[in-house]
Amino acid sequence: MSGVNDFAFKMATVNGTGSASANGLLMQAIFRMGIPVSGKNIFPSNIQGLPTWYEIRVSRDGYTARPEAVDLVVALNTGTYAQDVAAVRPGGYLVYDGSWPLDGELLRDDITILPVPFGQMCVEAFEGDRTRTLLRNIVYTGTLSALLDIDMAVIEEMLKEKFAKKKSLLDANFKAIEMGYEYARKQFSCPLPFHLKKMDATGGSIVIDGNTAAALGCVYAGATVGAWYPITPSTSLMEAYKDFCERFRVDRETGEKKYALIQAEDELAAAGMIIGAGWAGARSFTSTAGPGISLMEEFIGLAYYAEVPAVFFDIQRTGPSTGMPTRTQQGDILATAYASHGDTKHLCLYPSDPRECFYMASEAFDLAERYQTPVFVLSDLDIGMNDWVVPRLTWDDAYVPDRGKVLSAQALEQMTTKFSRYLDVDGDGIAARTLPGVHPKGAYFTRGSGHDKYGTYTEDAAAYQEVVDRLARKINGAARAVPAPEFHLQKGAEVGIVSIGGCHAAVLEATHRLKAQGIPADYMRIRAFPFDTPVEDFLRRHKTVFVVEQNRDAQLRALLTLETGVVRDHMIPVLDYGGLPLTAQRVVDAVVQHVHQGTAV
Amino acid sequence: MTSILKPPVIHPSLPKNALGLTRRDYEGAMSTLCAGCGHDSVTAALVQAFWELDVPPHRAAKMSGIGCSSKTTAYFMRQSHGFNGVHGRMPSLATGANAANRDLVYVGVSGDGDSLSIGLGQLCHAIRRSVNLLYVLENNGVYGLTKGQFSASADVGSTSKKGEANEQPPIDPVLLALSLGATFVGRSFSGDKAQLVPILKAALRHRGFAFVDVISPCVSFNDHVGSTKSYRYTREHYESLAPVDFVPVRQEITAAQDAAVTTVRMHDGSLVRFRKTDDTYDPTDRDAAYAHVRKHQEVGEIVTGLLYIDEDARDLHALNHTATTPLVDLPYADLCPGNTALQALQDEYR
Ligand SMILES: Cc1ncc(C[n+]2csc(CCOP(=O)(O)OP(=O)(O)O)c2C)c(N)n1
Ligand code: SF4
Ligand SMILES: [Mg+2]
Repeated sequence: MSGVNDFAFKMATVNGTGSASANGLLMQAIFRMGIPVSGKNIFPSNIQGLPTWYEIRVSRDGYTARPEAVDLVVALNTGTYAQDVAAVRPGGYLVYDGSWPLDGELLRDDITILPVPFGQMCVEAFEGDRTRTLLRNIVYTGTLSALLDIDMAVIEEMLKEKFAKKKSLLDANFKAIEMGYEYARKQFSCPLPFHLKKMDATGGSIVIDGNTAAALGCVYAGATVGAWYPITPSTSLMEAYKDFCERFRVDRETGEKKYALIQAEDELAAAGMIIGAGWAGARSFTSTAGPGISLMEEFIGLAYYAEVPAVFFDIQRTGPSTGMPTRTQQGDILATAYASHGDTKHLCLYPSDPRECFYMASEAFDLAERYQTPVFVLSDLDIGMNDWVVPRLTWDDAYVPDRGKVLSAQALEQMTTKFSRYLDVDGDGIAARTLPGVHPKGAYFTRGSGHDKYGTYTEDAAAYQEVVDRLARKINGAARAVPAPEFHLQKGAEVGIVSIGGCHAAVLEATHRLKAQGIPADYMRIRAFPFDTPVEDFLRRHKTVFVVEQNRDAQLRALLTLETGVVRDHMIPVLDYGGLPLTAQRVVDAVVQHVHQGTAV
Repeated sequence: MTSILKPPVIHPSLPKNALGLTRRDYEGAMSTLCAGCGHDSVTAALVQAFWELDVPPHRAAKMSGIGCSSKTTAYFMRQSHGFNGVHGRMPSLATGANAANRDLVYVGVSGDGDSLSIGLGQLCHAIRRSVNLLYVLENNGVYGLTKGQFSASADVGSTSKKGEANEQPPIDPVLLALSLGATFVGRSFSGDKAQLVPILKAALRHRGFAFVDVISPCVSFNDHVGSTKSYRYTREHYESLAPVDFVPVRQEITAAQDAAVTTVRMHDGSLVRFRKTDDTYDPTDRDAAYAHVRKHQEVGEIVTGLLYIDEDARDLHALNHTATTPLVDLPYADLCPGNTALQALQDEYR
């Protein structure tokens, strides 16, 4: 039930009208009041004129999953009124633009309806259609500040920061905020029963989206070559990388750039570029989404077989095909784990929030170079594009990049035997590589065609198999080096829940609710592939195992079935694939239903 | 497969280049192509060009796609790194490698299938980006490796080995490169080493995308009567433009002004000297070059020579303002802003 610092509200608007920045302002203001908050933008694949929603959840306990019930809806899009009125929980509130009457059919008597003539107020107070449209967002921000008790000083401080250089805009924004605020104070009893109260819970945190954090991770890891082709929801990762590089990687005196960012002609080319760069010795990466991964597959196989490091960020969106480009999903789990034809298997990392995007980004480069292979970082639209409150990031200045086994000019000079690219000298499945241009003795011919352990072309069965068997050993050996699963265990738990990536917030919250309902559950969050033995142990240890994920076909469960000895039917899929971030209740319901069924039998 | 094995001992009297290396030092693995394949002659020309230019083999990188032509990067400069990637995508690999290490000499070898069909997009965009690369297109009008299907460079009316005539208009790689803004465009013939070697040398010294189309007959699938890419047809329709001499910077001679010679100075000071056969031809005029090729094409002639050169071009790194030190050589400390900067930055994320 909702209460102080524990409720959810959402704004229903039309995209392209400037509501996004007002909504961001609201979320950030709550954050600055020290209250844990999360915001989720549900937007169309369109530039202007289609419905968009922004959901804000305030949770004094720090839960960030998408809320299942909405206490207050601000309905500003007449096109979605019916849906938005219906979304208010019984006993909740609806704010709408009272400049025009609400259709009688839409009235509900189990909610409180608060009309505010936003449009009319803006027409009277401001000049010009565009200005009026934009400021309407600020007026409703003012109204919400009154209804929810948002600290006006915080809002004003933020507006000042935002319009520091544009005095006239600042004045207009102040005026709009005041108008919305005063109107609500006069007309309604403020604040509403659920509202905000300053806390001290966000001091050590920042507000950041996963793509920005991942880009920062790339900069800190020392990545110098990025190549990409624009695609939602991955675009902002490369844009952020560019911004950070312009700030941190441009020589002040000469203007020289210590990075190369190439907008490729397509994803095939982007993959080729980063593989070429990785081969030449740079830390290189691309960011894309499912359609891009599909196009990159042939090259991914080349990098796997020829053993070239490269990092691929897959910011997953709803597939198949173009699917729903602005909705989230975890539909690429299988497509990345075994990307490309023939026998391949890839290292995959699954961050669950922006903070982990940062750390896993740098880890991905270390793994790619240590194992000389493509590494995938599977984020999703919700993590990548939405603002999250996460603990501050820190960087260990003692960090030294793990470049893996790369022979130096000196090592090559001293070599008495002929260098052979694919010889497993150390018995760990990883052969030493050389970089072009370093030393004449290091030269070898890199090929995606059949080769033996010396790197020579072969069509001989045994010589071919020797190499691919070593590759399997190498990749399976990486299971111990990739990020280990995270366990959240409870006393007396018989139920085990397994989940991945962006489901984390909802699943963790669900385990707390389940416990309160008398169902203690252990939770394992998979953080990487290939799986190490603790993953299989967890599955075996629990009588009932739920696998929670966001795709139709239970891809994580399929991967667990393929890669561990656990039979498929031991794992009960809990699937959510409509394109919106997961809610805790979805998980609770699935588990409760199953457990009760079980006891009834 | 060529049947002659190279003698294992190197004759002491073999001539040496400035690095003290013989031509043998620029050779590679034994070719596995059909005896008489034009591609092997292009390989020999590349060996000659690299040797004469004194390029340290380990400072060169050989890039290729898939096809008989693309295999040839294994057959020269065994002391260079080579990357035989996937079909039609050599330009992207070369672009990425070049972005990472701008100091290597890049040579890409491709075929007409590799370049003009599956890889057409990548070729075009590598030209646009002005990647500093010698791009050799070994053009035989067919897909050799998949046994003789027509390629996109097959002329209308040219027949396959089985007698079937091609009816689709060809893509002329030289006209394509000229129209896309390539800053160095040449065409030659695998059978004319005297013309090809100086063009390759000038191309290697060009800073930017140097495109060289080489008619390189496929003896197994496209050397019959009726083919317009056979040795015989090429010789009969060959129109050599202006023979070029390449004069490397250190050999620069202040030759007496010769009316019959046009000289283009390259960015590093080397000279390309065009011996004029046609007074009106200007190798620095893109439109004229285009018109010239078209005019001869209409009467069934294949214009060869160094067709166009622009030495004021800016390559990928100039356009990107990349550090002069190759990115791969920048120390990590130069790349990581450190924790203090991270903390300061995060004050903006509140
Ligand atoms: C994705 C892909 N499709 C098809 C092939 C098969 N294939 C190999 S070489 C080739 C054509 C090569 O023709 P060209 O580039 O003209 O080279 P040539 O053999 O004539 O020198 C084709 C279609 C392949 N290797 N990869
Ligand atoms: S098939 Fe043709 S292109 Fe291939 S090696 Fe033989 S002659 Fe050369
Ligand atoms: Mg061909």
